[in-house]
Amino acid sequence: MLLFLEQLLNGVQLSVTLLLMASGLTLIFGIMSLLNLAHGSLFMTGAFVAAWVSGETGSWALGLLAGAGAAFAVGLLIETVVMRRLYDRDHLDQVLATFGLILFFNEMVRLVWGIRPMRLDVPDALSGFVEVVPGAPYPVYRLVVIGAGLAVMLALGWLVRGTRIGMRIRAGSVDREMIGALGVDIGRLYSLVFALGALLAGLAGVLAGPFLAVQSGMGEPILILAFVVVVIGGIGSLKGAVVGSLVVGLTDTLGRVYLPDILAFLFGEGAAEAGAAALSSMLIFLVMAVVLAVFPSGLYGRKG
Amino acid sequence: MRPDALTLRRRLIRDGLPMLLLAVAPLAAMAVDAGWLVPVFTRMAVFALAAMALHFILSIGGMVSLGHAAFFAIGGYVVGIGSQHAYDETPAPLGLPGWNDMLISLPAAFAVGALIAVPFGWLSLRTRGAYFIMITLALAQMIFYLLVSLRAYGGEDGISMWWGRNTLAGLEMSDRLALHAVCLVILALAWWVLSRMTAAPFGWVLDGARQNEARMRALGYRPLAYQIGAFALSGGIVAVAGALMANVDEFVSPGLGHWTVSGELLVIVILGGLGSLSGAVWGALVLLGLEEVLMEFTQHWAVIMGPLLVVIVLFARGGVGGFLDRLNMGKRHDDA
Repeated sequence: MLLFLEQLLNGVQLSVTLLLMASGLTLIFGIMSLLNLAHGSLFMTGAFVAAWVSGETGSWALGLLAGAGAAFAVGLLIETVVMRRLYDRDHLDQVLATFGLILFFNEMVRLVWGIRPMRLDVPDALSGFVEVVPGAPYPVYRLVVIGAGLAVMLALGWLVRGTRIGMRIRAGSVDREMIGALGVDIGRLYSLVFALGALLAGLAGVLAGPFLAVQSGMGEPILILAFVVVVIGGIGSLKGAVVGSLVVGLTDTLGRVYLPDILAFLFGEGAAEAGAAALSSMLIFLVMAVVLAVFPSGLYGRKG
Repeated sequence: MRPDALTLRRRLIRDGLPMLLLAVAPLAAMAVDAGWLVPVFTRMAVFALAAMALHFILSIGGMVSLGHAAFFAIGGYVVGIGSQHAYDETPAPLGLPGWNDMLISLPAAFAVGALIAVPFGWLSLRTRGAYFIMITLALAQMIFYLLVSLRAYGGEDGISMWWGRNTLAGLEMSDRLALHAVCLVILALAWWVLSRMTAAPFGWVLDGARQNEARMRALGYRPLAYQIGAFALSGGIVAVAGALMANVDEFVSPGLGHWTVSGELLVIVILGGLGSLSGAVWGALVLLGLEEVLMEFTQHWAVIMGPLLVVIVLFARGGVGGFLDRLNMGKRHDDA
């Protein structure tokens, strides 16, 4: 039971990382109808800059600020130089151009920081354990990640639902020509939304950095998982992103832990060992397949 | 459709020239004592084959698959697994004896690729547009992880076929030119099949469904069956390309199914242009050629390649095919 609780929290922590990624993707898609493969590069940018700055200065907090800030800045830059020329193109062009950006960023990172993975350490103040329930010590840092992620998402929810900018964002996702005609500077709104998504991706990179090897290409596996989240939740829907990331995060984490036991119980030890490794790495994709079979446009997607 | 003199000449340049290049270049390389270049051209032929299969579903079917690397890897593993068991003399999956001849491994790769493409196609075709792209990408990633988890076949490291490549009808294929010729013949064969399929009613239904699916249904067709069929044909051909790649490298690994390979295939298709199937050959020549050249200057060639791609997408739509068309005539012309 304690193990289960621990794994549950691990799953939630993965979900939070995915949610930070997926909410940016889904906002950007919902409003600019841009399919951004380079979102993983922003995740990577956050992790690398944070690892570098915190390594140089010894301050994790500075690393956090620098990482998130760098992702925001890179987001603004690529929006200005590349992305805004892609909003009116079809998804194929968007895929190709952002694929080009990924090639560039992954190689740039090797050029600047070398091919050896960097380390992003958990800050000393947060490296201890705390008993969530008596007898179940759990790393403080992971709890902080969960808390920080939830706080960011609540803030995002407030921004989208409770502010004037959010109203424009929501209006933009419904009918962008119309709010342009009503006098909203649509170009600036787009830049803002893109940079906001970049910031969230960078933040996800910094927070998840200690659990991953900070290396070139680290963003794409997360990006693909975030796509699975978006496909399950329904594209363009923040609520769908929340539900989707919980489904993916929990299924993946719990599957890896419990699937071997379940298979051993069903088929005996030998078959289970070979099958469990394969099946647990495929599990979330199979879940996605089932969701698709039943709800083609995702759980909260618009019926198209 | 009667080709007049101009279109005939244009066709020769557009369709014949890249194939001629692929046929002559290795011979020229051998003549100037640069035999190490031959596999570079063979690689181009193999990628042209895979890209052509993607071109087929993309241009007339409108299916933008970002998951074709999965089939490429599946084809490679059909060769690798069969060849490992043939060498070990251990039974392969399903209790089959190992296989080590292209007459078996290539059709087997096609069959397995096409078979797996059916459920993948069905799932991906539940939706369209951006969803389709994301789903094909995700399904391919699933295959990638599956291959990584196959410990009996080397896991992440894959299978090194140090015992040599497949035979062809019992003949050793150790000669690089012979293998290149095999790849070229298969490329030409696939081209013929795919262009026949495009011109056949099968292709018309696909094309019609791309333009207006509801109307095709109203005409009494079931577009989904055609689309899944085309997706399976495409997946099967890409698997054959993967099987050839395994023979060129004498090595298979999950890297064959890495998502960047799917991206590269899309880039090849677009670089070559969507106007004609020959675009895939042009695209493979240009992309892989460019990679080779850039690699001469720097190991960090991707720093140049990436932005170059962005520029091409933003400012040079139509690819090589479009460029050739513009060279040949000032006005727009029907591509039939």
